[in-house]
Amino acid sequence: MESNKYDVIVLGGGAAGLTAGIYLSRAKIKTLILNEGMVGGQIVLTHEIANYPGVENISGYQLASTMKKQAISFGCDIKQNIQISDLDLSGEIKKVIISNGEQYTAKAIIIATGGRSRELAVEGEDTFKGRGISYCATCDGDFYTDKDIIVVGGGNSALEEAVALTTYVRSLRIVHQFDHFQGFAHAIEAAKNNPKISFILNSKIEAFEGNEKVQKVTIRNLNDNTSQKMAIDGVFILIGYKPNSEKFTNHIDINPYGEIPTDSKMATNVKGVFAAGDVREKRIRQIATAVNDGAIAAIHAIEYIQS
Amino acid sequence: MTNLEHVITTSQYQEIIENNENVMICCGRMGPMCVPVYDAMEELTEESKNIKFVDMLFDIPDAHVIRNAPECAGFMGLPFTMYYKNGKVVKATSSIQSKEQVQAILNEVF
Repeated sequence: MESNKYDVIVLGGGAAGLTAGIYLSRAKIKTLILNEGMVGGQIVLTHEIANYPGVENISGYQLASTMKKQAISFGCDIKQNIQISDLDLSGEIKKVIISNGEQYTAKAIIIATGGRSRELAVEGEDTFKGRGISYCATCDGDFYTDKDIIVVGGGNSALEEAVALTTYVRSLRIVHQFDHFQGFAHAIEAAKNNPKISFILNSKIEAFEGNEKVQKVTIRNLNDNTSQKMAIDGVFILIGYKPNSEKFTNHIDINPYGEIPTDSKMATNVKGVFAAGDVREKRIRQIATAVNDGAIAAIHAIEYIQS
Repeated sequence: MTNLEHVITTSQYQEIIENNENVMICCGRMGPMCVPVYDAMEELTEESKNIKFVDMLFDIPDAHVIRNAPECAGFMGLPFTMYYKNGKVVKATSSIQSKEQVQAILNEVF
């Protein structure tokens, strides 16, 4: 079908994918964004964005909606809530098949599938999601007013959200697997100076227990290998993100962390396949860096298909 | 605000669950865990004409019908989502759900 033939298909509709869609479509490149889930990616899960240049204060949902509108205004096709069932990235014409059997082809592909919240993957975690286990402090913080909770993690998200949660909670323990934190110095200092926060370092959570909601956690000390059960009202798991790259395992190079290596043009090891945003191998993951990746990938995809 | 019909009073809530065979109500805020559920419901409104999709703001007084429902005991994550068949609760979930997960519940209960 002619209508399913595109110049470029962008897989993923977060900040990187939508930026690529805007740049490609504005350059009159026939572009399709395919997104598993709702368009917006991790941005939608951000309550308030205050560090995106040129925008003083905006919700993640608003920013993603504006990006989507921009892409559509330039002629970009967007299909959301689809499931990719098969891929062929090897030839000059790349193929993407979705779960309803529809096939889309393009001369180039940009992988911008982003990441998802990392889970602990321990006993009881699935059972108690939304019942004492949360991944969003700003969403669920007020359910824990005057409660005793745990925050798992040692990066900026965990430290900053822990401090924010002290507005509500009676006490908060940060459980972290190392003896030091990965966050910025100011975030570490703010957590250490907060009287409601204490630390359980070199430790990890092994299990959650409860009835209607979580009531106890098992914590293992990684130094002496002992474990203890602790009564708790809630646990916020803020241990970073996992790249959504599983679908590409047999198609392109992926590093041991699940990230896709690229060169400075965002090109992967497969000709005509680019990667952008949080799925890519890089250290800094911000909306601004995703937008940067999306623009660079789009411009080089245009060069590639026109060469 | 969402494009869904908003429930703002308990009488409106009662009328909707009594007068529609299949009803899904998402009770939340315009936050990161709630918006994806609302978006999924907006798409499903077009696809599932036999189901009434509505939302309710979590913090309005009349939302106590959801907040304090026995099926939501133990819920500590927004949004609280309820599914009704012939006026009876047949499923309730807490926290974010993808469209795929919501669709699976609709297939299961309606």
